[in-house]
Amino acid sequence: MSNNHVYIALQNNEEARAIIEAIERDNPNASVNHFPAMVKIDGDGRIEVRRKTVEELIGRDWDPQEIHLHLVSISGNVDEDEDVFAVQRNN
Amino acid sequence: MAAKRMSLRDKYNRMTRDLAWDFSYQDPKKIFEQADFEGIKIEDWDKWEDPFRLTMDAYWKYQGEKERKLYAIIDAFAQNNGQLNITDARYVNAIKLFLTGVSPLEYMAHRGFAMIGRQLPGVGPQVACQMQSLDELRHVQTQIHTISHYNKYFNGFQDFRHMHDRVWYLSVPKSFFDDAASAGPFEFITAISFSFEYVLTNLLFMPFMSGAAYNGDMATVTFGFSAQSDEARHMTLGLEVVKFMLEQHPDNLPIVQRWIDKWFWRGYRLLTLVGMMMDYMLPKRVMSWKEAWEMYFEQNGGALFNDLARYGIRMPKYWEQTVAEKGLISHAAWGTFYNYCHAAPFHTWIPEKDELDWLSEKYPDTFDKFFRPRYEHWAEQEKQGKRFYNPSLPMLCTTCQIPMVFPEASDPTLTSYRSSVHNGERYHFCSDGCKDIFDHEPEKYVQSWLPVHQIFQGNCGGATVPDVLDWYHLRDGIDNREYLASPDRANWERWKAGEEEAAELPKAAAG
Amino acid sequence: MQIDIKTNNVRPIRQTFAHVARRLGTDKPASRYQEATLDLQAETNFHYRPLWDPDHELFDPARTAIRMQDWYAFKDPRQYYYGTWTIARARQQDSMERNFSFVEKRALLDNLSAAWRDRVAGVMIPLRHVEYAANLNNTFITAYGYGTAFTQTTSFAAMDHLGIAQYLSRIGLLLDGNSGEALDAAKQAWMADPAWQPLRELVEEMLTIRDWFELYVAQSYALDGLLYPLIYQRFDNALSASGGSAVAMLTEFMVDWFAENCRCVDAFLKTAASESDANRKQLSHWARNWSARAAKALKPVADKALGEDAVAVMAELQTELQTRGARQCGLEI
Repeated sequence: MSNNHVYIALQNNEEARAIIEAIERDNPNASVNHFPAMVKIDGDGRIEVRRKTVEELIGRDWDPQEIHLHLVSISGNVDEDEDVFAVQRNN
Repeated sequence: MAAKRMSLRDKYNRMTRDLAWDFSYQDPKKIFEQADFEGIKIEDWDKWEDPFRLTMDAYWKYQGEKERKLYAIIDAFAQNNGQLNITDARYVNAIKLFLTGVSPLEYMAHRGFAMIGRQLPGVGPQVACQMQSLDELRHVQTQIHTISHYNKYFNGFQDFRHMHDRVWYLSVPKSFFDDAASAGPFEFITAISFSFEYVLTNLLFMPFMSGAAYNGDMATVTFGFSAQSDEARHMTLGLEVVKFMLEQHPDNLPIVQRWIDKWFWRGYRLLTLVGMMMDYMLPKRVMSWKEAWEMYFEQNGGALFNDLARYGIRMPKYWEQTVAEKGLISHAAWGTFYNYCHAAPFHTWIPEKDELDWLSEKYPDTFDKFFRPRYEHWAEQEKQGKRFYNPSLPMLCTTCQIPMVFPEASDPTLTSYRSSVHNGERYHFCSDGCKDIFDHEPEKYVQSWLPVHQIFQGNCGGATVPDVLDWYHLRDGIDNREYLASPDRANWERWKAGEEEAAELPKAAAG
Repeated sequence: MQIDIKTNNVRPIRQTFAHVARRLGTDKPASRYQEATLDLQAETNFHYRPLWDPDHELFDPARTAIRMQDWYAFKDPRQYYYGTWTIARARQQDSMERNFSFVEKRALLDNLSAAWRDRVAGVMIPLRHVEYAANLNNTFITAYGYGTAFTQTTSFAAMDHLGIAQYLSRIGLLLDGNSGEALDAAKQAWMADPAWQPLRELVEEMLTIRDWFELYVAQSYALDGLLYPLIYQRFDNALSASGGSAVAMLTEFMVDWFAENCRCVDAFLKTAASESDANRKQLSHWARNWSARAAKALKPVADKALGEDAVAVMAELQTELQTRGARQCGLEI
């Protein structure tokens, strides 16, 4: 069962929409899957959410910690600082 | 003075990590009394890396915002009689299972994380555990506030606290958490944060919440997703603690591996109730238990354990068996509850024809062969006015406390039985996983408060079923038994009929 | 109208949960505080004795010398459950954020004389370590205390103390321009300055108290009851009189928090004391003992803060606390 799968699941709401769009821009290989009330983004090895991209999309300052308002679930190791929120595999 | 800019990490370190000091007036062992007794060796707590760097200002800001949003929706749901928007009143039984079985565990998590938030010697994990403790209090309280409205319109919710500590099948979730909380701090966090939250929680919340979304239950979706927004922090804490223990000392590996084996199996058995809910209790189904197990355990669990392989951690023992029996357990469980629902505060029923077809399609190798004929037979009996209730008391597994109803994965026509002898007494188990857990700590599990034993010993209100139901506070004919004959169903049909009349009225007025 | 017919037809079959109704004496609509609190903690049929304390059940009223017929006799006058608590704190935090930003942008702390600046750094910043211990102590009570009505309030207080420790840290970072020097110096003082040692010794000893109700008296009544008025009233007043009123903006949370938390502490002590003479005697003994020890340990801190006024102020604060104990908490002081 060797794989490097990671995912981020977000609520399907207006604020999360911009985050999802930012993920799509910055992670061209991630796939976006829609579920009832939830969007699950699957990736291989690493998915990241960049502060700059989200800020461009929403037109205001955005702190990566705000992602916690909309997160439903994750799989992978978290790497969070002031510019990026990422989940990744470490091997 | 011009202030220099601080990174999130520096700020967090200064505001949290730096608060602790080296005790010198007291022996640190007297302050953190539980740090050593499990055999886990931590050489340097300063090596702990905080996965999230949340300070109280941000905690209050974000959590306050979540609560404001959530309670606005809870209010709106109650004001608009949102319970009438669900697909069918059968669905409400899934939430009954949740409030009686899961919400009291959230409370236990609140207290358990306070325990380890006080006992772990490093300030980083302390604070993360304390925040989680608070979050868990949030979860149980928001669940009660949401379901409070359902309680006003449906039976079976009203005495959930009393029932959780008494009703036979609720000893399955209760003993699960009692087991974790009565262990030491490192085992607790491995059990709950890692094995349960990180490896298995998606199988609890995703099915319930997606099920709620599919079945028109806006209130449950909202509290569920709002609770889940705390969950990423909790899951990550579990993973980080496990990695930290493994990095700190090679002697920790066998201890941690044994805990992972134990708690994976304990959690998996508990999830049987969720599997049953997914396959049988949702009028509109999201996915089968089998599909969920493939998606959330086989795919993601595989990646996770792959990630941990460099520490020497392997997949949890008996994971192959969970895969082998994924087509069996939910059906075995529903069959059991169908037989014993005169002693449970929710209703059961035989799935309708299209629902049986769905199960046949989702479980092509097992459903028609082992289960469908049984359901069709019971449905026939029900039609003849002979709805089947099993009058005997089932034998329970000493470890997981589920009745001994699981089929052998190798031959599903046989029931799986295992046993061990301890101090001259024989103890029974549903599986190798449960037997192993007992064999490693028999002194612990001989204490199990097994509901059937307790009834036989006269500790549950009396010797007859009505005595025991009284002691459960379960009102026979109202809270329990067949859905088709229930007051819940009668009320529901009356309300929906009223709604149709109401919908016709404006037309008539306009005409 | 459609809505009327709907409501006529769809009537509740009960108003609240049965365990809540039994306590209210009747099935009537209950408050969110009541539904979120009453009987939430398990009391019976525990499966296993804790490996870490085999003499007790997982939750056990025998972990304290205080005896209650009903542990839900305790009523938080603020009626805090998670939602109301966190929304209240979010509002206060909003206001604190504005205060910090106001003080920072206008560099208001620069108006302090060097002597007063040193005094703020020397008196306030080491207290963040005391707040951290208060956080652990309240977490202890949350873990091993009995009954949700009691333990949820200490759960909130634990995080309030952590929040206060972090506000104090931010004052330090404002003073040292984010270099961390003020925090390092304060920690050095906490570890080695003779004036801080009696308090540190007391605080370390409190971390070993194992009767959770005694710990509650020692922390929330005695130590908080002397330290908060000393620092956030008397020292703040002295500061404001010397051009340091900006500091009062940064301690607004502490002032409000203490006033609010006292209402709960007073109500809880009064409830326990009025339960029995034995409780009253035990609580009074703890209150006298820990107040006297806290006063002694705080004296050198008061000297740093108030100079020659310290003796008189400490005497006043002890009298005020005694009056509070007798009048508000029903103790024999």
